[in-house]
Amino acid sequence: MADSQTSLPSPASSFGARFRAWGRRRVLSSTGNTGDTIFRAVLFFCALLLLLIVMAMVVSMATNSKLSLDKFGFGFLTSRTWNPIQDEFGALPFIYGTVMSSVIALVIAVPLSLGVAIFLVEQSPRRLARPIAFLVELLAAIPSVVYGLWGIFVLAPFLREHVEPWLQRSFGWLPIFQGTVTGIDLFTAGIILAIMVTPIISSVVRDVLAAVPTSQREAALALGATKWETTRIVLANAASGIAGAIILGLGRAIGETMAVTMVIGNRPEISTSLFKPSYTIASVIANEFTEATGNLYLNSLIELGLILFLVTFIVNGVAKLLVWSVTRKTSGTARAA
Amino acid sequence: MASAARQNSRRLLTNRVMTTLTAACAFLAVVVLLLILSYIAYRGITAINWQFLTDTPKPVGEGGGIGNAIVGSFLLISLASVIGLPIGIAAGVYLAEFGAGWFGHIVRFVTDTLTGVPSIIVGVFVYAIIVLPQKHFSTLAGAVALALIMIPIAARTTEEMIRLVPLSLREGALALGAPQWKVTLGVVIPAAASGIATGAMLAVARVSGETAPLLFTAFGSRFFNWYLDKPTASMPVQIYNYAISPYDEWHAQAWAATLVLMTLILIINIIVRFFTRKKF
Repeated sequence: MADSQTSLPSPASSFGARFRAWGRRRVLSSTGNTGDTIFRAVLFFCALLLLLIVMAMVVSMATNSKLSLDKFGFGFLTSRTWNPIQDEFGALPFIYGTVMSSVIALVIAVPLSLGVAIFLVEQSPRRLARPIAFLVELLAAIPSVVYGLWGIFVLAPFLREHVEPWLQRSFGWLPIFQGTVTGIDLFTAGIILAIMVTPIISSVVRDVLAAVPTSQREAALALGATKWETTRIVLANAASGIAGAIILGLGRAIGETMAVTMVIGNRPEISTSLFKPSYTIASVIANEFTEATGNLYLNSLIELGLILFLVTFIVNGVAKLLVWSVTRKTSGTARAA
Repeated sequence: MASAARQNSRRLLTNRVMTTLTAACAFLAVVVLLLILSYIAYRGITAINWQFLTDTPKPVGEGGGIGNAIVGSFLLISLASVIGLPIGIAAGVYLAEFGAGWFGHIVRFVTDTLTGVPSIIVGVFVYAIIVLPQKHFSTLAGAVALALIMIPIAARTTEEMIRLVPLSLREGALALGAPQWKVTLGVVIPAAASGIATGAMLAVARVSGETAPLLFTAFGSRFFNWYLDKPTASMPVQIYNYAISPYDEWHAQAWAATLVLMTLILIINIIVRFFTRKKF
């Protein structure tokens, strides 16, 4: 690591500038001290362990889903049948449920969290912003199972009695709002997910907005722009970071398990109506894993796990790169200034 | 002139509308939080008593409590902390002190991505590597699953906290002739200790509510369990089982258990908030 003086700029956003300055002036270099060698080896091993864990996850899930991988191949992804008694397994209903519930969640959560973040960074007085930011982030501290409990006993009855009948009366001609209203359905799952991902999206958007240089805002205001017009310029500057935040929220929504399992109805069916029970990849694993009797059944569930892992890993990776692209660029400008 | 004035008033109107809307979003998010928390307090407080906190679960109609689940959660979280926190903190120290090269970038990226991987996947993984070979559920498997969730969280917060330690401290210690490991262990880590501790507490708060990774690792139990190779009850799993049961009495117990769990999580979050406010 003697070449660390020419090290790449760190993508560690919030401390980017500070860290890069430090990277150039690195003082910690190899000293030939035995204690140092051991110390570094131990730390290195712990860091390496993180990579090994990820690799072990892929390998163990791939080997333990071999039966289903061999038997169904790519057909696993397109088959609509999930019948443990006949030993026929297809993932399509779960993929559909996962995608639909995440889409509902994002449709609600994206405007909401953008609003929250804009309010906190651009508009509210600092004295108000800190406690509100803390409260919004507390939403992320509530465990999934608690959201599920609240979903079953408070949200689902409320949606069944008030919101869903109203939607049906007003927009009943849309296929997505047809069928009997039960409250235990895709719609409720989507709303719960929206509440759960809002703190995640809004906190990343806050960081991204805060990384846009103040000079941008000053320039816009000096040209006579209103506060909102200024905000739009800031948003345009932070666009790819905001996209990253949304994708990060998507990743969270795709993998959310307990709350969804408790309100989505858990039926492997594909239906255009949002008022029908559905099933997601994560909830079928949570629900049927301990009941999986046959080896093929268990292998199919583990294959679902492998798919979910790969999808969320890629989604999160893309999101991280997008967020870094904004925070890194702007912290670079801050240093030049 | 008239049209310019009209355009201006429209711009001002848009400005006012959007400002109100964003404030409404923030208000709505806070209201949802308060609704959830107050409902938990309202439903939970009526069902909590000493017997509930110390008893084991009983069949419907006979009362019973979550004593074994509290003990189980405590066991799982302590064991997970013992396994996960040292590894996570060490990885974080590595990233902060030696992580400037390509290897550090990869580890940092993977760590960040790992925090976003669904916790149920960790459960599946631990099932495959521990439960399947051993052929039974165990406290140890549950603790390993929770530890795997803690490691990336602890690693990233530790890294950020160590980054905050001024360079001059390191330079001073090195100039006095101290070897690197002494500088890191004796100067840098103590300087960042409260930050590292808050990160560790956040990791604990996060896993104390985790349910999905415990479903098929620690499984659950109706009795007090003190052994690492036996399945154990935990508060989140107990809440889940009671919530999806058809009995009102168990629903009430689910709310009471939720109140206990949320109290723990809120206390940790508020303490962390208190400490970080003083620091930054």
